[in-house]
Amino acid sequence: MPLLELQHLKKYYATQKAVDDISFSIEEGTIFGLLGPNGAGKTTLLRMITGIFFPDEGQIIFDGKTFDPSNDIIKIGYMPEERGLYKKMKIGDQTIYLAQLKGLSKHEAIEKIKFWFQRLEMESWWNKKVEDLSKGMSQKLQFVTTVLHEPKLIILDEPFSGLDPLNANLIKDEIYRLAKRGATIIFSTHRMEQVEEICDQIVLINLGKKILDGSVHKIKQDFKENKFSIQLSEIPQYNSGSAFEVLETKDHKLTVKIKDGFKSNDVLQYFIQQNVNIEAFHEILPSLNDIFIRLVESTHATTRSFQKVEA
Amino acid sequence: MNKIFLVARREFLTRVQKKTFLLTTILLPLIIFLFYALIIYFSVNTGSTLNIAVADNANIFSGQIDSTDEVHFTFVQNETPESLKSKLDAGIYNGYVYVPASTNVLHTDSIQLISAKSIALLSRGRIQDAINKKLREKKLLTLNNITQSQLDSVQHDVAVKFSTVRGNEDSDTKAGFSYAVGYISGFLIYIILFIYGTMVMRGVMEEKVSRIAEVIVSSVKPFQLMMGKIFGIGAVGLVQFIIWVILVNGLFILLPVIFPGLTGHAQNLPVQPGGMAAAQATQNSGAFNELMHGLHEINFPLIIGCFIFYFLGGYLLYSSLFAAVGSAVNEDPQDAQSLLLPITMPIIFGIVIMTKAVNDPSSDLAVFGSLFPLFSPIVMMARIAHGVPDVVPYWQLAASMLFLILGFLLTTWIAAKIYRTGILLYGKKVTWKEMWKWAFRKS
Repeated sequence: MPLLELQHLKKYYATQKAVDDISFSIEEGTIFGLLGPNGAGKTTLLRMITGIFFPDEGQIIFDGKTFDPSNDIIKIGYMPEERGLYKKMKIGDQTIYLAQLKGLSKHEAIEKIKFWFQRLEMESWWNKKVEDLSKGMSQKLQFVTTVLHEPKLIILDEPFSGLDPLNANLIKDEIYRLAKRGATIIFSTHRMEQVEEICDQIVLINLGKKILDGSVHKIKQDFKENKFSIQLSEIPQYNSGSAFEVLETKDHKLTVKIKDGFKSNDVLQYFIQQNVNIEAFHEILPSLNDIFIRLVESTHATTRSFQKVEA
Repeated sequence: MNKIFLVARREFLTRVQKKTFLLTTILLPLIIFLFYALIIYFSVNTGSTLNIAVADNANIFSGQIDSTDEVHFTFVQNETPESLKSKLDAGIYNGYVYVPASTNVLHTDSIQLISAKSIALLSRGRIQDAINKKLREKKLLTLNNITQSQLDSVQHDVAVKFSTVRGNEDSDTKAGFSYAVGYISGFLIYIILFIYGTMVMRGVMEEKVSRIAEVIVSSVKPFQLMMGKIFGIGAVGLVQFIIWVILVNGLFILLPVIFPGLTGHAQNLPVQPGGMAAAQATQNSGAFNELMHGLHEINFPLIIGCFIFYFLGGYLLYSSLFAAVGSAVNEDPQDAQSLLLPITMPIIFGIVIMTKAVNDPSSDLAVFGSLFPLFSPIVMMARIAHGVPDVVPYWQLAASMLFLILGFLLTTWIAAKIYRTGILLYGKKVTWKEMWKWAFRKS
């Protein structure tokens, strides 16, 4: 059963259609990537999912029922891209306060904060103020405040910005662990390599419209161009067959594109017949980055222009 | 409601725990107190002597009133009010008392004292005491077989009416105090609106600039966040005010201890036999008690009750507008200045109307100002000090309070809509026109 289902969501501003008829659903316990260039409408979409904005049209189904912000809000943890904390407030007090706003009692809050602070080695921070923290440290704190109340749906907008690789890995492991325990995670970013690594399913939006939806594996298959890389013990004199064409030759490595109607075995067979030793052979799948760039550029708009909207 | 309380509690606690809160809360009344103490100190020791001419044509003073350091009575003969007046102008006397020949000492209720300049409150007390002391002696001497009504007449103080040579009756102590109380409380509310209003605005700006607003509104509704902030800061103001009232009262109780001279001659009175002693003590109790008497004429529970109501009402009405402006401002505090103008204008109008209302509390302008919710917190205080229900009828007070509550609901409703949009909008300079649109578009 999907945890979250968006049905024909629309949100128009005075000068642009921020979200223009977007539908998709997210299965419980998955890590979901919401991708899109700057200004695609990601933040507006997330603000509707978190109940900050009301959609102009369309429906949000959360946990099998129509989304009711005042009740469901405590089941969601949202870490926005524009995030911050009270600079002059002590970290312990601040974390308790944010947890109480999410409906935890003070006692519960303290218990959970202690658990998380211990886990992420933050115990010594309790009486410090946020202004004493580095950017990465406050990012870590922000993550803790987002997941503290054990939300069913965790929304992370650019969670790794400003984190060093070590801390980024720490947070990544926590994200995996939370997903394994049943939490659903929406992960919004434009860092494609992270998406490829972490997400089960992605949606790509641009100009307020959905342009891609599916699992990472399936999308890559859909966009593959039948490119293969072959490493040979020696480059044969004559290396173009009817089954493929060579795109690039580098040392003992060839990049080939298989022509329509042929299979990868036809390529192997060709080199075997030439009596050349094949050391490695694998398919080159397009990176999400390539797919992203290709799709966004094909919509002829990398940045939005303002237009009058007739709602 | 629970979330509004949580937000309000945080706002309250973070502010109350600051060192600046303690400093302003305790230092400010001390400064005010020192200020008043200095004024009183200098007014007690004026040094100059008032020279009062007494034209006693009925011989009710038997040719002598005890002069003191500050007031000297000179008896004159064959003077008319006109000739005395010209001597006032010439500066020979500071004031005169003219007693017509027909005056009967036992049936005198009041004596007119005309002065060139308005006479200070403390000196008035001394003059009144001196004249009454003499009259009492005189009355007792004229009586042989005392009847009850005659005894009453002896104990009954003669009121000395003070007026200046230009003929305008000087306001008596009560009017003077009403004026002061009205002016001070109106002005206090004016200052409070600004101080706490900008505090709310800064708080909203801080949340927006530090980008915590979006984190919070994913947990609470923007309206709850705004109201929590307003209530929290309002509670800070209330606590501060209550501490001030207690401190100032405490210091006023200490005042006689610090300046024993003020009440000194009341305590040093020789003990007289019988019931006269008590009467003497209260009648002769001096300038300080005159001051206290003036204060007692004013209905302080009512004034303080109304003050708290108008302070809270005005604060709630304006602070939501301040919050709306705060939500529309980005990093640049300069923007706030220009956006604030439409809010500060009515407050300043309010204080202008208040200065008129305190002089003429029943004028049309004053009545309008005390009913219109944008002005009423400031203006009504100036009128209430003059007395309820003689100057401010009950219906006006009730209507003013009702309008203020309605006004507060209206501004909050408008401000909440602006706030909701503004708090999440970054990097854009907002104009009043846009804020107007946010407030009235259908949601």
